[in-house]
Amino acid sequence: MSDVPPQRTGYQEVQDSEEFQALRARFRRFVFPLTGLFLVWYFLYVALSAYAPDFMSTEVIGKVNIGLIIGLLQFVSTFAITMAYARWADKNFDPTADKLREHIERGEVK
Amino acid sequence: MILRTATTGTDVGSPAVNITIFLIFVAVTLAVVLRASRNNRTAADYYAGGRAFTGRQNGIAIAGDYLSAASFLGIAGAIATVGYDGFMYSIGFLVAWLVALLLVAELLRNTGRFTMADVLSFRLQQGPVRTAAAISTLVVSFFYLLAQMAGAGGLVNLLLGVQGSGVQNLVIAVVGVLMIVYVLIGGMKGTTWVQIIKAVLLILGAGLMTIWVLSRAGLNFSELLGDAAAVSPAGQTLLEPGLRYGLTDTTKLDFISLGLALVLGTAGLPHVLMRFYTVPSAKEARRSVVWAIWLIGVFYLFTLVLGFGAAWLVGADKIMAAPGKANSAAPLLAFELGGELLLGVIAAVAFATILAVVAGLTITASASFAHDIYANVLKKGQVRADDEVRVARITAVVIGLVAIVGGIFAKDQNVAFLVALAFAVAASANLPTILYSLFWKRFNTRGALWSMYGGLTTAIVLIIFSPVVSGKVGPDGASLSMITDTGIDFHWFPLDNPGIVSIPVGFLLGWLGTITSKEVGSAEKYAEMEVRSLTGAGAEKAIEH
Repeated sequence: MSDVPPQRTGYQEVQDSEEFQALRARFRRFVFPLTGLFLVWYFLYVALSAYAPDFMSTEVIGKVNIGLIIGLLQFVSTFAITMAYARWADKNFDPTADKLREHIERGEVK
Repeated sequence: MILRTATTGTDVGSPAVNITIFLIFVAVTLAVVLRASRNNRTAADYYAGGRAFTGRQNGIAIAGDYLSAASFLGIAGAIATVGYDGFMYSIGFLVAWLVALLLVAELLRNTGRFTMADVLSFRLQQGPVRTAAAISTLVVSFFYLLAQMAGAGGLVNLLLGVQGSGVQNLVIAVVGVLMIVYVLIGGMKGTTWVQIIKAVLLILGAGLMTIWVLSRAGLNFSELLGDAAAVSPAGQTLLEPGLRYGLTDTTKLDFISLGLALVLGTAGLPHVLMRFYTVPSAKEARRSVVWAIWLIGVFYLFTLVLGFGAAWLVGADKIMAAPGKANSAAPLLAFELGGELLLGVIAAVAFATILAVVAGLTITASASFAHDIYANVLKKGQVRADDEVRVARITAVVIGLVAIVGGIFAKDQNVAFLVALAFAVAASANLPTILYSLFWKRFNTRGALWSMYGGLTTAIVLIIFSPVVSGKVGPDGASLSMITDTGIDFHWFPLDNPGIVSIPVGFLLGWLGTITSKEVGSAEKYAEMEVRSLTGAGAEKAIEH
């Protein structure tokens, strides 16, 4: 990248690098769909509770009805997404991010 | 209503036991705060606890911050009285943490220093954006603070058995003064330790009660539900959606609006965001949220059992007749299960909760004023860190005094709307700008200002003209609004919660302001922010002592 005009900063060079672009794309590809997913799932629960109370009141196990089960499944999905993200970030995100950070902090791009 | 709360005391529990346990808590936490304060030297110590807390410690402290009196007493009470619809609150409060985990916590930790405004003004015009972010921080924190202080006043009758307005005022003042002492001496480090101790006590106490209730129901959750429904005035409908929000199309829409504000508000609450600066790295910020989600989630599962347990063992009629109404469900259940001693523990934990949350809010508001408005806007960054911290301490005292006075005036008010307002403002004014500035390259100063001021104004105006302030009348003809005179009615907005309108307005204005402005943001600053946010390069380090 020696032909880059001198006014470009180190951060811009990193931003333009393939490695950073790939990291950013990987991050967004993981968190954006997941965010959409849990928001849709949550509002599905809210909407069903508000507009389909009879369906939600159907008893399944003893006194436990569909609404309560979907409500408890919101807890399960929240815990699952939390652990999935933490594992993904530890394994697939941190190594690249750390490498880029060390690269920048050693001053190799300034 | 004012008369009734002033003349009825409580006949459960022993005030002496409650006060003793609370004093023990105060003594222990003060000792811890004093110990923690020995290393309070720099601004990073005062605002961010030296950034030296581990992810686990911070996660527990976040849970302590988040499980306020409103969510402990409020949700248990809501489930006891309106069953299923009360449970829906806790789900919104929990799922909201995924927004913080996936989109905000780590990126914010990597780019900011002390406050939310650090991040929002990173690549935009410092002065105006910082000012707007600080105003929004102060508004959200103030409403939240007022709700907690007023809650303290409401609890006094029930938990300490004291009667009359004067004693209530005294207790509010004591809570306020204690909180000021914690914040002044301990800074963020001391406050964090108070949160940790309180969170552990709260979760253990709730866990113990949960096991107790379940064992009374033969360890059968379905049986507990059946028993609760059998004695509830609502009968079977206690277990079904709609007891509170299913009455009309308006109440259904209100529930959707509340759901939106809950799930999007958390990641915009300044006192929650500030906690991410107390850890050394983004990785630890991630760990904090993971811990917080587990603790908060498990705690809300406890409240589900406690709520139905209170409906069964105490009964909705007795709960609603007690001073503090629905808020008294958990304390009354504690008395039913474990007598004076358990009530004393739960009562002390409830007060500790208010104390800790109020301290966290105060440090956030004082940091925002000192760091954003005083140091960066008024002094343009030309200020010694010592001076900044001195201003922050003075601000903390002022905020504490304002909270005491506000709490005394608000103690007999319906305060639920204050928390709803805080969440709605956080979701409408803060979250759009946070997300845009982290993820949208084109975003600029006008977009940020329109979004923050527009979201803030819309949320507040809609609340003022909503039924929570005037014109809501219950089936018995009594007013359910803040203005209890049923003759005064200036509401035209039909919903209690403004979120469904004000949140889209906040996002829309951010977009509209951006595309109508010719300002082209600094490409250098954008590159720096994006690279820093994702890689952690140049992020603030922990302080070694």
